[in-house]
Amino acid sequence: MSATRTSNTGQLNRQQPLSFQFNGQPYTGFEGDTLASALLANNVFLIARSFKYHRPRGVFSAGSEEPSALVQLETGAHTLPNCPATEIELYDGLIAHSQNCWPSVKYDIGAVNNVLSRLFPAGFYYKTFMWPKALWMKYEHVIRHSAGLGKSPTVADPTNYDHQHLYCDVLIVGGGSAGLSAALAAAKTGAEILLINDQAEWGGALLSDTQTINDAPALDWINHAIHTLTEMPNVRLLARTTVTGYYHHNYLIANQRITNHLGPTAPTDIPRERLWKVRARKVVLATGAIERPLVFAENDRPGVMLAGAVRSFLNRYGVLLGQNIVILTNNDSAYALGIDALAAGANVTVLDTRTDISDDLLALTTQHALSIQLNSTIIDVKYKGTIQSVDVAKLNQDGSDIVSKPETIPADIVACSGGWTPTLHLYSQAGGKLKFDPDTHSYLPDEAQTLAPDAQFAGSCIGAFALEDCLAQGHATGLNAAEQCGFKTDGIKVDALNTASQLVCNELRPLWVLPCAHPIGNGPKKHFHELHNDSTIADIALAERENFISVEHLKRYTTTGMGTDQGKTSNVNALNVMAALRNKPVGEIGTTTFRPPFTPLTFGAIVGQNCGDLFLQKRTSPMEPWHQVRGAQYEDVGDWKRPRYFPRSGENMDEAVQRECKATRDSVGILDATTLGKIDIQGKDAAKLLNMVYTNAWSKLGVNRCRYGIMLNEHGMIIDDGVTTRLSENHFHMTTTTGGAARIFNWLEELLQTEYPNWEVYCTSVTEQWAVMAINGPKARDLLAKLTDADLSNESFPFMAMLETEVAGVPARIYRISFTGELAFEINVPARYGLHVWEAVMAAGEQYNICPYGTETMHVLRAEKGFIIVGQDTDGSVTPDDADMNWIVSKVKKDFIGKRSLSRSHTAQAGRKQLVGLLAEDPSFVLPEGAHIVDGTNTAPPMKMLGHVTSSYFSPNTGHSIAMAMLKDGHKIMAKGQMGKSLYVALMDGSRQKVTVTGSVFFDKEGVRSRG
Amino acid sequence: MYMINCPWCGTRDQAEFVAHGEAHIARPEQPDALTDEAWGDYIFFRDNPKGLHFERWVHTHGCRRWFNVARNTANYEIYASYKPDEAKPEVPQT
Repeated sequence: MSATRTSNTGQLNRQQPLSFQFNGQPYTGFEGDTLASALLANNVFLIARSFKYHRPRGVFSAGSEEPSALVQLETGAHTLPNCPATEIELYDGLIAHSQNCWPSVKYDIGAVNNVLSRLFPAGFYYKTFMWPKALWMKYEHVIRHSAGLGKSPTVADPTNYDHQHLYCDVLIVGGGSAGLSAALAAAKTGAEILLINDQAEWGGALLSDTQTINDAPALDWINHAIHTLTEMPNVRLLARTTVTGYYHHNYLIANQRITNHLGPTAPTDIPRERLWKVRARKVVLATGAIERPLVFAENDRPGVMLAGAVRSFLNRYGVLLGQNIVILTNNDSAYALGIDALAAGANVTVLDTRTDISDDLLALTTQHALSIQLNSTIIDVKYKGTIQSVDVAKLNQDGSDIVSKPETIPADIVACSGGWTPTLHLYSQAGGKLKFDPDTHSYLPDEAQTLAPDAQFAGSCIGAFALEDCLAQGHATGLNAAEQCGFKTDGIKVDALNTASQLVCNELRPLWVLPCAHPIGNGPKKHFHELHNDSTIADIALAERENFISVEHLKRYTTTGMGTDQGKTSNVNALNVMAALRNKPVGEIGTTTFRPPFTPLTFGAIVGQNCGDLFLQKRTSPMEPWHQVRGAQYEDVGDWKRPRYFPRSGENMDEAVQRECKATRDSVGILDATTLGKIDIQGKDAAKLLNMVYTNAWSKLGVNRCRYGIMLNEHGMIIDDGVTTRLSENHFHMTTTTGGAARIFNWLEELLQTEYPNWEVYCTSVTEQWAVMAINGPKARDLLAKLTDADLSNESFPFMAMLETEVAGVPARIYRISFTGELAFEINVPARYGLHVWEAVMAAGEQYNICPYGTETMHVLRAEKGFIIVGQDTDGSVTPDDADMNWIVSKVKKDFIGKRSLSRSHTAQAGRKQLVGLLAEDPSFVLPEGAHIVDGTNTAPPMKMLGHVTSSYFSPNTGHSIAMAMLKDGHKIMAKGQMGKSLYVALMDGSRQKVTVTGSVFFDKEGVRSRG
Repeated sequence: MYMINCPWCGTRDQAEFVAHGEAHIARPEQPDALTDEAWGDYIFFRDNPKGLHFERWVHTHGCRRWFNVARNTANYEIYASYKPDEAKPEVPQT
């Protein structure tokens, strides 16, 4: 094979040579090249190895539809896998590598799969590696390794990515002749126009053509159009931008590649890519068409390409790909390549599967002395590192077989054309349905049942292939879209444009799979309809035999269209083949639905700036600086960073927690409880609301008195708990769990707005207005007395009361409530005083050896007392009765949320899991949380599962491990005096730990400490 | 991603809203008077039509007000938004 640079074609800047590396070899290209065109100009045709059979593969197309020439671009932090070489703009210093081959693209060990291909039909992996089931994980690892595409980067991308929202009147997708024409027309109405082009260069198919507009090169018209549009203030142009998704209500996603074409040395102060989130009032799709391949024996060899692509490399990139070019076609469009390649000096033979061509076309071939053979096909491609020759034979009447002895024709490039498929992916994504159009043999919008009523079309994406039609349709559609947005279109002049006649896709012979010397799929020659995933016609036939005949099943069974190219060149041929196998018209078997994205998006583009510190908001308390200095270890609770424990030097978590637990009950400990949800509730119906959302009664709660409450959902299940305090007759301070704060606030708002709009209640979230520190332990009162003048005696400030006073010189509310069972005070001060008061408490507490503790110690201390944590000991299926909390459910209130559900037959039945305490037989053994409780009948699975451990710790204050658990009929076991009953907890290593059932209060069972 | 008209704020992107299922289901005034079946119907059962659906939305990242929307679940068309105390609007037959 010998590709050569032409001297006079293409839009390259030959003054600007660029050097690059492919698989370690240095090459040069020019500014304006893609990696594909530069490699081909250097006679590098072997680019990759195929997905399954590891067959050699090369460049097949010249655009985003590329199924074969996928490369790993760059290395290290900048690397991107699965990049089509046809889409990579060449830059100086570019480095790329082949994928899916080892040790090299020329000598690839996986190619043994090609020899063994009979063993690898469609569905092979599903059928073969099913048994034994347990080994699938191992098989999968090996399979994935050998069938891999590119490699993900292993280090963080140092560049940044951006997102931006954009609203416009008319979005025009596609910067070819139709899109430009639409933009020019629509812009004149004054509408806000967004015009998006996926390539750097505007012009679409015109860039690869030799067309003229008004007797000048079409490129002049493009430049003029872009100049005109750039000058208009109501037009925004985005090049190097691909619209990848079209969603409801004209919401579209477009990815702009801003610095990719500059490579790793691009400036880093601008984003590498920007994802545009576009909301358009009307959308004009001018997305063009993609050439459809013909499927013939050995059609996957490097050098077999789409005819339009060969022409594009010649006319746009200045590369004549071979000296002997054989064109195989079923329509007129490929003849344009023949004429251009002849003029560039190649030998060209056109093989046309049609028995007859139009007189005009015949005259044209005669005029150009183009050698043609009608009713002919290629039956074999001889390949030895490069294409050597093709074997050609005559077709029988219906094209199903050959009828002549083969003739060998020298060839180094085979260019095929099976017609053009309108690009309607975006329309289909938006819910638009497609129907088969027998005139163009392609799928076109079925506007009778569209779910995308605001989409309009122009150009070859609805089968208008001639330039004249593209320009006219673009103009009309652009005006129409603007008019529908309310802009006046009267008097907007049409520029008269004349174009020369063209060779377009017409008179197509509907024959895409071509016979060879043996029955298709039953001999050594392979017919690939799907190059990306290595799927052959034989695979479709197998799918049909095994009854995977629905197009959705066909797609998944053969993996047709499931590659990174989304089957842009393969889908329609697969449908044609299935229709033929089922003896049905192709329009009757349906199509699959296209899904976003149209081309792959990088994770960087999807994530944008929502990574690192901006991934999630981080909430911290005003006391955070103190925690940091003291080396707090943190736990995520919702968005909050909460200190989990405060290790002293050399301590691990267990040691620190044991020390903190002991110190708190021996003297005094302090917890940062700022994160508790806090809701200020006011209004004359405030108590009414509390009565509705809590299970207990609130009307008689005294002013400055606190009460614990639990909330149920309407199913009767516990959803939150907390202490609420009456500040005055119609004013309450509610606390919720840290994680439930937002949810409960939203729920109160919902009830007030939708169920009880006439109640006068106002809720305000005050979580962040208050800093809260809970001091717990026998010395808590002595400590607090040092910081306030208030009377803290039991008589004047009893348990479950609130005191408004000053602490450390700042206004404070002190709540005498306890989550540890100790004498405890929760000091609330305005958030801005939090750190000041905390430091004052720490200083005052020094003489009592005050111990700061975190959430882990909080958990142990409350478990010693049997206090539940909603979400840990409950899971959304626990009623108050299940949690042994019937004492808090009012028997006299007529109604509250969840009440009716408590007497539902299911909720009230026996056999429910109920909260109990568990003690392990080995008092030093801490049961794993989540472990199953089983009876003693079987020592190995299947074992009868009776419940599970919800909380489990080593309790330093009791000297043994403790656990809370949900156990089937747990309360009956306790009531029958079977507290000591033996059960087992099953452990991960297969052993069991014997446990006994107890009550769930392990420490200070009489509850005297908190009231002291 | 829909464009949704909040009756208080105007038309906004769906990202500002949260959906909360079927609308026009009032909490029974006397739950105790209901059979298990009737109560179960209230808490568990919702219509799931293909086509017209009246549903609740809340402008979470906006005014935080609740309202109702008449939406076609098959073609995603939104016919109307209205306040919780307003009656179901007239919409095209689907």
